[in-house]
Amino acid sequence: MPSLMILIPLFGIIALNLIFAGSVKMRRWAFVFALALFVLQIAVAVFYHPAFRNNSLERIDSFFRMAFFIDHLTFIMFICIGLVSIASLFVARYTMPDESGRFKFTNLLILASLGMSGIVMVKDIFSLYVFMEITAVASFLLIAYPKTIESLEGSFKYLILSSVATVLMLSSIGLLLLVSGSTSFTEIAAGIDGSRGSAFVLLAIGLFICGLFIKGGLVPFHGWLPDAYMAAPAPVSILLAGIVTKAAGIYTMIRIVTTLFPYNQAVNSVIMLIGTISIFVGAIAAIGQDNFKRMLAYSSISQVGYIILGLGAGTGLGIAGAVFHLFNHSVFKSLLFVNSAVVEKETGTCSMNEMGGISQKMPVTGTTSVIAFLSTCGMPPLSGFWSKLIIVVALWQAGHHVYSALAVIASVITLAYFLSMQRRVFFGKLKAGLENIKDADRGVLGVSIILAAVIVGVGVFFPFVYTTLISPVKEILIR
Amino acid sequence: MGLLILTTMAALWTVMARSLLKATIGLAITSAAIAIIIFRLNSPLAAVFELSVCAGLITAIFVSTISLTKPLTHKEILQVSKDRIKRYWYLPVILAIVGALLIFMKARQDFTMIQAPGSPLDVRTMLWDFRRLDLLGQVMILIAGALGVVLLFGENKNDER
Repeated sequence: MPSLMILIPLFGIIALNLIFAGSVKMRRWAFVFALALFVLQIAVAVFYHPAFRNNSLERIDSFFRMAFFIDHLTFIMFICIGLVSIASLFVARYTMPDESGRFKFTNLLILASLGMSGIVMVKDIFSLYVFMEITAVASFLLIAYPKTIESLEGSFKYLILSSVATVLMLSSIGLLLLVSGSTSFTEIAAGIDGSRGSAFVLLAIGLFICGLFIKGGLVPFHGWLPDAYMAAPAPVSILLAGIVTKAAGIYTMIRIVTTLFPYNQAVNSVIMLIGTISIFVGAIAAIGQDNFKRMLAYSSISQVGYIILGLGAGTGLGIAGAVFHLFNHSVFKSLLFVNSAVVEKETGTCSMNEMGGISQKMPVTGTTSVIAFLSTCGMPPLSGFWSKLIIVVALWQAGHHVYSALAVIASVITLAYFLSMQRRVFFGKLKAGLENIKDADRGVLGVSIILAAVIVGVGVFFPFVYTTLISPVKEILIR
Repeated sequence: MGLLILTTMAALWTVMARSLLKATIGLAITSAAIAIIIFRLNSPLAAVFELSVCAGLITAIFVSTISLTKPLTHKEILQVSKDRIKRYWYLPVILAIVGALLIFMKARQDFTMIQAPGSPLDVRTMLWDFRRLDLLGQVMILIAGALGVVLLFGENKNDER
């Protein structure tokens, strides 16, 4: 059945463009198709684990030579991809008035989501690269979509740095092929195990990790990220911040590190160092920003730092914490970007100095923004608190006491810049000229409320979520 | 070694060249040199692809696009050239350092222990029988490319009105 996650969207896009592209009325079905697809993806991940994992459609699978690797991490990623794509879809309907442009956007959104679904299911490093490229190409186009100087510049920067990442990863894949004679995860892991200490292997690991750092927008490879997030249209910013960089960069890093070189102390040390630098550089840079979206972009860099800090702990608990924070980050950062889209559309600006008191006119957006930022800061009992706590505990247990303390200290900086944002944008006296603004339409408000409910629900029902969804992720290290 | 140096120098010329046309020629030389390297590594089909697509087709598309753009004046070209050297002077330096490091590492580390895996299969058999999922991925990238052309270069009917 996993092959359907690739084939339904692919043939769906072809059908949409062959059958539905002709008339404006028919193009509206693209929205329904995309929504159904993303809801199905979440439903499969939440309700049908064993049936989905075990039922193979033999004829289809054998024709396309599809053999996937499905575990708990895959299901968590499916939920993230589905949730963020739905948020992006509704915000596109709210912010893009042109039906034709929205149809093209929906096509590219489905394609990006398809690429990410492929990334999280494959068990071959070259196929992983192919699906990363599909996601990247769709993302370049989505960023460039408004065709303004800023958006083209943002897209071009992403294209160039992504190409550098591609070169690094392809070189690494070539070296790993030499080591193992195959591109499948299992055989590469065996090949690496059999050639410990080889300069080839070290070079291959280094190149691949550097490529993933670029894809994930980690310091010092983060130059493209704030420009791309800021220049992209609102629904694309949600997609990029919520899931694209996480699936292409961070998920891949978790999968590669745990599957191919699980107990490599040198790799873990580099990951922890880069993670800590990213946490602090992102947080400090976010403090000085005036642009709402740019501040959120730097905040993303900082939060991604937490994820890979957990990964660097090298223990089952650390990896569970990293995956949990990845899920939480997808939800709360998508919510913050949804709110920024609403604020930008209503006020016509992203400059925080030109805003103030917006909560009076946008109660739902203001309230959900508070929930999202408190979760980002790690405030109990919201979801972000638990994932950060797990990461801190995992680091402490693994003997990395300094990193553990730094992770706690950085949360205070996060609280500082988010409080400043909340005060400048939502609280205080309503700025002159903003009297006529109003909250978003029902679709976007519904998305905001659902995302906020996920944040609160995951936090309140943490023991259940941890036992059923997060803890089983530890298996990937044991295996 | 000679081919590697030629590839590197041509690639460097591509990013440092004053005019777009010269950069395109640099890119074509880079691709041609890579094609020869691939050919010498016993992958004739891949070399033919590299030569025909990268050195041939892409160069032709770039040259036709450049012919549609307005050329810069001599003064502007000199200014662009100065700016570029000022901004990217470190590229050749980094390249030289990386090259020196690699030569040093080669002297220190044993890079010869690994043998290239020899596949008895023809590349077409390999692609069709074992990498069909990747071919499907290529179809998706082509669809993305087509959507991109429509998105970026297609005129919006509303704009026309």
